[in-house]
Amino acid sequence: MLFRSLADPTRRAIFERLCREGEKTVGALTARAGVSQPVVSKHLGILKQAGLVHGRHEGRQTHYSAQLSALAPLIDWTSGMTGFWQSRFDDLEDLLKRMDQ
Amino acid sequence: MTETSAQTRSIIVERQFPHPPERIWRALTTPHLIAEWLMKNDFEPVEGHRFAFRATPIPGWSGVTNCVVLKVEAPRLLCYSWGDGTESESGLKTVVTWRLTASGGGTLVRMEQSGFRPQDEAGYRGMSRGWPGIIERLEAATA
Repeated sequence: MLFRSLADPTRRAIFERLCREGEKTVGALTARAGVSQPVVSKHLGILKQAGLVHGRHEGRQTHYSAQLSALAPLIDWTSGMTGFWQSRFDDLEDLLKRMDQ
Repeated sequence: MTETSAQTRSIIVERQFPHPPERIWRALTTPHLIAEWLMKNDFEPVEGHRFAFRATPIPGWSGVTNCVVLKVEAPRLLCYSWGDGTESESGLKTVVTWRLTASGGGTLVRMEQSGFRPQDEAGYRGMSRGWPGIIERLEAATA
């Protein structure tokens, strides 16, 4: 379920945006998703079913937020930290190439 | 990665670079150069100096990592504490150690971040830059 829900690029982009930028309404998500509001709503429904997204009702609006804890069973978090440093090393490598002798 | 004790864990990343230790040392200790590969900072290569790394804040994390320079031995050993932005009891209290060893006409760079406790998983979740990699692996797993 988790894998399937994140396999779709549009859905993954919505999820990543909620991770990065925090709570958003369907309207705010649609503005940059490149697809129509019903399509965004459908993707949010699938993410919700997978436990990756939580919807909070406020008046007529629903605010969606990412539930990172849903990913926990899938990953060893220390391997993710190693990934953080690996990508920093990649950027260090690029910088060293650019630096003068 | 190795277990350093029953309670804490370390992350170790090593890479061989075709550059002399002096050049890598400059990249590790010059603020505007550090900003190019790690984060914005007010680092100074002086033992006892307090500084901070600043990333874009995200929900649940201020983006600030408070640090203290612990050891400076140019051009081979650099050590600083790597805490969280709140310095609270629950915050991350790790130590980052860089070792540069001249080898094969270049330099072996070894980074060890030690002192992760089981409850530091929350701190890890705040490090946004780890996430794209995880998402990529999820993608690979589903391909």
